Amino acid sequence: MNDEAEIILSELNDDDLVLQMHDDLYDGLKDEISEGVNILLGRGWTPYDVLTKALVEAMRIVGEDFRDGILFVPEVLLAAGAMKGGMGILRPLLVETGAPKLGTMVVGTVKGDIHDIGKNLVGMMLEGAGFEVFDLGINTDVDQFLAAIEEHKPDIIGMSALLTTTMPYMKVVIDTLKEKGIRDDFIILVGGAPLNAEFGAAIGADAYCRDAAVAVETAKELMARKHNQQASS
Amino acid sequence: MTIVNNITNQSKTRIIACGMIAREVLAINAQLGDVIDLQCLPAEYHFSPQKIAPALDLAITQAKAEGFKNIFIGYADCGSTGAIDKICDHHQVSRVDGPHCFAFYMGNVNFKEQDGDFVTTFFITDFLARNFETFLIKPLGLDKHPELKEVYFGNYTRALYLAQSNDLELEKQAKLGAAFLGLDYQKQYTGFGDLAPALKQATASK
Repeated sequence: MNDEAEIILSELNDDDLVLQMHDDLYDGLKDEISEGVNILLGRGWTPYDVLTKALVEAMRIVGEDFRDGILFVPEVLLAAGAMKGGMGILRPLLVETGAPKLGTMVVGTVKGDIHDIGKNLVGMMLEGAGFEVFDLGINTDVDQFLAAIEEHKPDIIGMSALLTTTMPYMKVVIDTLKEKGIRDDFIILVGGAPLNAEFGAAIGADAYCRDAAVAVETAKELMARKHNQQASS
Repeated sequence: MTIVNNITNQSKTRIIACGMIAREVLAINAQLGDVIDLQCLPAEYHFSPQKIAPALDLAITQAKAEGFKNIFIGYADCGSTGAIDKICDHHQVSRVDGPHCFAFYMGNVNFKEQDGDFVTTFFITDFLARNFETFLIKPLGLDKHPELKEVYFGNYTRALYLAQSNDLELEKQAKLGAAFLGLDYQKQYTGFGDLAPALKQATASK
């Protein structure tokens, strides 16, 4: 006999439900997260509050525990999958309700590289933090970045690579932006397992982000600086 | 208690290599007439390339302390972004040319010529075919969560088995691995590729 009583999400009060959703997202329970999101929405929560208080906060804990070596990649991916399920419900509602928007980002894995786990996490976390994110996918060449810049007018350009053989392509993109005289119009964030801050500085990026949580904090900080600069100029 | 035999150590070449190529180094050593003293670093460093250079630094220092005059590194760049080269330069030792073992098995020149064709290729070597379950499936959590296959491998289109040997059992394992990942399977016999001449040169140059 199972000693653990089954938890009925709909019977929990709001505070307990949110805490339970943190646990469920941590454990990668996609169906439970979707159920919890729907319950909170049904109780009149705004999509933005569900996103930030239930999902993003839980994913923040996941990110911290990953950084501290408590969780490993498979667990993070399961948690991300659960969050993605919740985001799928909230995304159209967030648009309808005009949730706060911190900025716009285009992000892609650079040419020659198909590894997108980190890039997908960054995109999801930035979206959760209030950025509008346009994901260019994998194997993204400079022309695709330029086309996305033209179309979406982003504040931030994010580039990701897992391979040492493809990471130099980030410099190709940045150099092209310089040649066109538009480099300084954007915040450029780079990330990926083989990168480090030294590499990011060497290729002319604004920041290297070691993980998705750092990417969110860096994006927020650099956007605030950008706004301050614009206000004072 | 380990008794260091400096005379023996001076007559052999210490190869400090990735555990993923241990069998191949030993096979080449047999061909060369037992001129290699092999020390391997954990194969798991493949997943954490930042650990390789510091471990090599220690291993090279240790090898020198043991009396080895001739030391060679059985790694390519292996995702270290030049960190292995810095250690090699510091200690005045050489390594196997190339970006990674897949390239030097295939032959670095050959690999470079075809590099653009490998963007969506997942490489399997004899090591990986032999250790698919313990080295890949379990560390990635795919034994418990096969639904993550798509997340990890969804962008790959084919598995290319670079065979160092003609071992039918390994070929069967490689095929099973490719099938498990849902990838098209191809095989290319490479033998030891550039590894054999690199070790031959390294052991002949003392």
